Amino acid sequence: MATARKTTSASSKSTSRTRSSAKKAQPAIAKFDKDEELHAYREMLLIRRFEEKAGQLYGMGLIGGFCHLYIGQEAVVVGMQMAKKDGDQMITGYRDHGHMLAMDLDPKGVMAELTGRRGGLSKGKGGSMHMFSKEKHFYGGHGIVGAQVSLGTGLGFANKYRENGNVAMAFFGDGASNQGQVYESFNMAELWKLPVVYVVENNKYGMGTSVARASATTDLSQRGDSFGIPGKQVDGMDVRAVKAASEEALEWCREGKGPFILEMITYRYRGHSMSDPAKYRSKDEVQKMRTEHDPIEQVRARLMENGWASEDDLKGIDKEVRARVAEAAEFAQTDPEPDASELYTDILL
Amino acid sequence: MPIDILMPALSPTMEEGKLAKWLKAEGDTISAGDVIAEIETDKATMEVEAVDEGTLGKILVAEGTDNVKVNAKIAILLAEGEDASAMDSGGDAPAADKPAPAQAEASSAPAVASAPTPAAPAPETADDPEVPEGTQMKSSTVREALRDAMAEEMRRDPDVFVMGEEVAEYQGAYKITQGLLDEFTAKRVIDTPITEHGFAGLGVGAAMAGLKPIVEFMTFNFAMQAIDQIINSAAKTLYMSGGQMGAPIVFRGPNGAAARVGAQHSQDYASWYAHVPGLKVIQPYSAADAKGLLKAAIRDPNPVIFLENEILYGHSFEIPDMDDFVLPIGKAKVERSGTDVTLVSWGIGMTYTMKAADELAGMGISAEVINLRTIRPLDIDTVLASVRKTGRIVTIEEAFPMCSVSSEIAYQVQEKAFDYLDAPILRVTGKDVPMPYAANLEKLALPNVGEVIDAVKAVTYTA
Repeated sequence: MATARKTTSASSKSTSRTRSSAKKAQPAIAKFDKDEELHAYREMLLIRRFEEKAGQLYGMGLIGGFCHLYIGQEAVVVGMQMAKKDGDQMITGYRDHGHMLAMDLDPKGVMAELTGRRGGLSKGKGGSMHMFSKEKHFYGGHGIVGAQVSLGTGLGFANKYRENGNVAMAFFGDGASNQGQVYESFNMAELWKLPVVYVVENNKYGMGTSVARASATTDLSQRGDSFGIPGKQVDGMDVRAVKAASEEALEWCREGKGPFILEMITYRYRGHSMSDPAKYRSKDEVQKMRTEHDPIEQVRARLMENGWASEDDLKGIDKEVRARVAEAAEFAQTDPEPDASELYTDILL
Repeated sequence: MPIDILMPALSPTMEEGKLAKWLKAEGDTISAGDVIAEIETDKATMEVEAVDEGTLGKILVAEGTDNVKVNAKIAILLAEGEDASAMDSGGDAPAADKPAPAQAEASSAPAVASAPTPAAPAPETADDPEVPEGTQMKSSTVREALRDAMAEEMRRDPDVFVMGEEVAEYQGAYKITQGLLDEFTAKRVIDTPITEHGFAGLGVGAAMAGLKPIVEFMTFNFAMQAIDQIINSAAKTLYMSGGQMGAPIVFRGPNGAAARVGAQHSQDYASWYAHVPGLKVIQPYSAADAKGLLKAAIRDPNPVIFLENEILYGHSFEIPDMDDFVLPIGKAKVERSGTDVTLVSWGIGMTYTMKAADELAGMGISAEVINLRTIRPLDIDTVLASVRKTGRIVTIEEAFPMCSVSSEIAYQVQEKAFDYLDAPILRVTGKDVPMPYAANLEKLALPNVGEVIDAVKAVTYTA
């Protein structure tokens, strides 16, 4: 084992590809019934349509600053949401809209935060990258790459301290996976057997730098190896694979065995942020992912194949989702900006 | 020539200690490296090894003696062929210059280090409304006060825990957490790996989940590794979440210069943290400040930066003997009333300030001394009330001058009490240089009593 591992880190991508494909040889795929397929479809579609609308509003100048869209990665957060239990927490970086929708936060509140309105989740004071909900166990929304990993480890620490049986899920990207504090956190989490699932959303590019150009070893699921943290690569475009792997990881943590790393192999269709010209990858590459691996299309095809939904049924769902998003967008444009007095509130309790 | 055996220092800031035990008796033969005695401070116990060989001629300090000064002669070693008669002739003269000059200065390098430890002025509890009249006082070191504050709050609230490097089994790098592990177990007194960034972030995450961590930094110099989590996560989350989620956490540890530890271990970060909305910043001076304000900090629902000072840890003060002594955050204390000039200081700066006020009194100048206690929120009202009375103000701190807390006080005083000022506002600060190591240079880099007196003479035009 040790020798094999050394080979992996020392050299070629081909070795690591071999290893990952070996793992993928028998990927765990959760069996979805009709309700689960429909649930996944609806949830992912909501994120997709929400993000498309956010992109439009950004283009209209209604959303300012940075705005990072989750389009293409929907299966990751929806699969995890389907596997988690009540009270399990999520925390992520700045590409956070999808996580909030999956954690059942009102799209109106999320969209109004994007437009900086008083009805936004953070009263318009946080913006796209900074939203939270204690009630729904969503702990942000963090703008500093990697910071959420230590914070998420702290959520796991609190779960263990309170013996509440909950697990924290800390999401971060392939870019963040090279930050020092990620490894400081891995060390403490394994040392103290904290219930944390580290979810690496590997969308293949940290801003404009591909994983291979930024990472000495590219199998990010093995980044906890030197701490003894188990890891798995998961097809992050298949919501069933995500759910199955998440269940395994969450169970591992809940049993008190310490943290678990899931590397979700996924893809973002849009740029890193709205201002990204995306010159670092070809249009073909993006198009290939969209046509062959789209997480929503996969579910759609299965629903049709199984006769669980007709074209009309799916159109109906799409209409419902579009209506919800339209309502959110309408609210986000008509809700007033925060009162000037809000400038000086919420600084200290 | 007989050799003097001197009381050794266990740490850069040790001034005196207890000679706990002699392991050799008079007349015993000693080889270099033999353990000859044990000494203790409130922080640690150490063995004294012989540097030279010979016969233990005379023990000058009996075992069990407390408060033996560093570099005091504790025994005399006779070289081969010498007998007791040599001790009389060789005794005192070489002893005086036995320590190298640098060492001699080292022990007095920071002006405060030479202060007789127990002689710290008793706080005027009269204007501490938190202390009921007739309350008994007791003596406490700052170190004990901090420990007691944590222990009391941990008894009171099961969500309070302390984490940091060496806080548990080692009993604290500076012995501030001494005894806590025994009482509260490893669940609540947690040794961390040396990963400031990681454990600060972990602490903030735990605080967001509702626990109340006390995160000890071995020194605030190391907290620079963690400052992103302190500023970006702890301080800003309440605002960014529209008031939904904050971080009830205390970051504490020694801050500022200790003694002879050089540039990377000798910085005062008060103004760095005081710059940031969303933080409270406390810099205690006395044991009462330390206890009352640390208890308040732990109870506070906001992130609090609690800046201690290693040199002050061993200083003793009178402290109210109360079951639950809590001081208000954001309230300064008038330590000494006066009419001619206002001296504003905090933390270890207060040691220079109080001594200067004593000396000024002898010169016929009546100084009012304000101990800020909290840096943010700044109790500018207490400062202004005093300046309106005296018309003159000098601030005293050890930090660098540029963008210092003094700069902010000077700005606010000129803005709000311009017409009351009879002289320019002066500040006495650390010099604008990285802290040097050499004893003489370090002394020059820090403020001293003379500089405070000179500044007061300048603003009172009594030079």
